[in-house]
Amino acid sequence: MDAAVHAEHAEHSHPTWQTYTKIALVLFALTALEVWSYDIVHRHSPAGLATVLEPVVNEVLLILSAIKFALVAMFYMHLKSDGKLLSGVFGFSLALAAFIVVALLIIFSYLYQVHPTANPLK
Amino acid sequence: MSEHAHVDEHHYTSTGLDNRKLAIWTFIGSECMFFASLIGVYLVYKGRDLVGPKPHAEWMLKGVAQEPMLEIALVTFGTALLLFSSFFVVLALNGAQKGNRKQLIGWLCATIFCGVFFVGMQVYEFNHFYHRGMGYTTNLFSSSFFTLTGFHGTHVTLGLVWLISVLVVALRGKLPPEKALNLEMAALYWHFVDVVWIVIFPVVYLIR
Repeated sequence: MDAAVHAEHAEHSHPTWQTYTKIALVLFALTALEVWSYDIVHRHSPAGLATVLEPVVNEVLLILSAIKFALVAMFYMHLKSDGKLLSGVFGFSLALAAFIVVALLIIFSYLYQVHPTANPLK
Repeated sequence: MSEHAHVDEHHYTSTGLDNRKLAIWTFIGSECMFFASLIGVYLVYKGRDLVGPKPHAEWMLKGVAQEPMLEIALVTFGTALLLFSSFFVVLALNGAQKGNRKQLIGWLCATIFCGVFFVGMQVYEFNHFYHRGMGYTTNLFSSSFFTLTGFHGTHVTLGLVWLISVLVVALRGKLPPEKALNLEMAALYWHFVDVVWIVIFPVVYLIR
């Protein structure tokens, strides 16, 4: 397999630079949307939009973050084109990671309910 | 003979994947769990400080009201740099796969430039916090904040060392298209530190 064939194979399996550019623009726009949402809610301006957004701003921020995460993993890390085994390895790790976060939150939420003044550092 | 050497060089496994690629993904998977623990601890301690500094609210120091610690504008700039660096490194990889040395070296330099600025931003932020009275053991927020973002900064720095070493190899003309996987592994690690920051940025800086 020479360099030209290798390059052709790589180009077939990975997205093109046009796709990479579109993804970069979307990532930039989503980041701007995150900061804009934060700014609207915490500056209360415009007031109408801030009132609507305030109860759901944390969920909006987490959803935007998840979309950005998925875009980078699928297109920049090539999970969309690199086979299911790698997606499985990463997906399984992410599931375990999510389990760790949820377990920590549940355990410490219970601890603080039972002992409201508990200091976990002692 | 050359075909045999080629097969040996690519380390294919029974899965059809290069074992180096499988290894880096397994490593990235273990790193996900490592950062999940740090993020989990940050969330557990969030809002449980008995004394300042506070990340998002005013706090008192020797009877004087102090501004919230976190500076969103500076970190947004750093976040944008890290996102763009991920874009630049895929363009460098695209160049490496096509044998376009100019594209490879140019975009790899741009990636390293963005990474260095991101680390510089973190060093400035840590130094600024320290001079405003927030040390590592000041309160729960400071300990969990410095641990989480400090470990991320360390990973970015290691990623930079890896990318610089690949740049040196490319500058010597020793990164032909058939060895583009050497850059792809460094790029995967670089994207990983980017996706970790994609989670840290809203969790630490934007969500109150």
